[in-house]
Amino acid sequence: MIIQEQKPFDEILQSLEGEEKIFLVGCSLCATTCQVGGEDQLKEMEGKLKEKGKTITGWIVLDPACQAVEVKKKFRERKEEIEKADSILVMACGGGAQSVRENAERIKMNKIVHPGVNTLFQGEIIRGGHFEERCSLCAECVLEQTGGICPITRCTKGLLNGPCGGSSNGKCEVDPERDCGWDLIYKRLKEIGQLEKMSELREAKDYSKLMKPRTLILEGDKK
Amino acid sequence: MRLREAFESGKFALTAEVAPPKGTDLSHVMEEVEVFKGRVHGVNVTDLQSSVMKMGSLTVCHLIKDKGVEPVFQVTCRDRNRLALQSDLLNASALGIENVLCLTGDYTTLGDHPQAKPVFDLDSVQLLQAAVKLQNGEDMAGEKLEGNPKFFLGAVVNPGADPLEPQLIKMEKKIKAGAQFFQTQAVYDPSIFERFMKEASKFKVPVMLGIVMLKSAGMAKYMNENVAGVFVPDALIAEMKETPKEDRPKKSVEICARLIKEMKDMCQGVHLMPLGWGKHVPAILDAVGL
Repeated sequence: MIIQEQKPFDEILQSLEGEEKIFLVGCSLCATTCQVGGEDQLKEMEGKLKEKGKTITGWIVLDPACQAVEVKKKFRERKEEIEKADSILVMACGGGAQSVRENAERIKMNKIVHPGVNTLFQGEIIRGGHFEERCSLCAECVLEQTGGICPITRCTKGLLNGPCGGSSNGKCEVDPERDCGWDLIYKRLKEIGQLEKMSELREAKDYSKLMKPRTLILEGDKK
Repeated sequence: MRLREAFESGKFALTAEVAPPKGTDLSHVMEEVEVFKGRVHGVNVTDLQSSVMKMGSLTVCHLIKDKGVEPVFQVTCRDRNRLALQSDLLNASALGIENVLCLTGDYTTLGDHPQAKPVFDLDSVQLLQAAVKLQNGEDMAGEKLEGNPKFFLGAVVNPGADPLEPQLIKMEKKIKAGAQFFQTQAVYDPSIFERFMKEASKFKVPVMLGIVMLKSAGMAKYMNENVAGVFVPDALIAEMKETPKEDRPKKSVEICARLIKEMKDMCQGVHLMPLGWGKHVPAILDAVGL
């Protein structure tokens, strides 16, 4: 799940300055779960923008915004409302906003696209609206060695060889409320009888695997 | 006598610490170093301690070496990636700086530039490994070096960590990676140090007891609340509290000397962190007969 939050309304308003007619785009997946780009939030945004003198030419919740085919199909269906607009405000993650811009452009519906949310992290839904980061998308999963708890993510410094000197009573030096990731790993490894894994020297990470932008094409889709 | 030689000859090793200035005025650092000269085997120079932007450790190490003092170059992983870290290790070697203390480094948000991008490309264990590799004539990428550096590698450990076992596991990894001596986080409770040394002495690597000079009761309380694994017992806080301001340096010296006397037989050296009170370090050493 891509965790995201709405940008401050004033910032959104500022980005729409000089534009009067706006088309709103949301997303049925992460943005809906995070309550920024579902039907309810788009309606709310429509109301608030109208109050500020904007005209909303229409809105749509894409299913999902990050899929090229979906954007192109739905945009063709809603061509009239989109063409009327000065710009598009996307209430979905940065990936969604770019997918909207890119695919609209591909079908010659070249509009200015504004991001309405800040994309935060890849997270786990703890409950309802409580999300926490568990994976840093590091391209080299080490969970096997760390009792299923990610040191790259749970340790603030992303250390691979155990806790730093800032670990105290199970908490991290940056914030007494924050669990020390290595304390969690230590306790888990001990519990499952694999503490010896903590003694193994871990090599420095290969950051070339994180060179951006990353692409993956499955075998069957290679030309 | 160099730090390495002190350990090798079984002498009780002494180091003290200075912090580079925020700015270019080195007068205070140089005054402290003059005081330490001839009294300690090495002087640590901190590396942007507590993530506060300052003059770099390497430059100050070089300058104090010119004054005839043996530097201990502190290197953290917070601000440099593996290219810069290895390069700085070569820089140190070119300047004749042999002692390198490898640390993870405090997190960026704890300092005065909380917006800075934290690096942590390597951790302290991997930094030690990298230094050993350089000594053996190749870099982390396996490329051959023209001329090998030579280091005396140190690392840190926190005897007051709770639980202690993860610290000991990491300490052992640091030794496997190449650590030849340890300096500890500040210890104020001999029973904590005893508990630690009971486990750590089996590694047969010299350990230097860390001592931070107490400046006031407020400072002690602050450390108890904010510095991980540092515990100043209430009795010491009370002692500082009862001491009028002008007598505090004297009291601090007395406490340091007492702590060193109680713990020196458990370890192989002492690392003094006077935090600007460097001029009182000789009095501590005199009081313990070192």
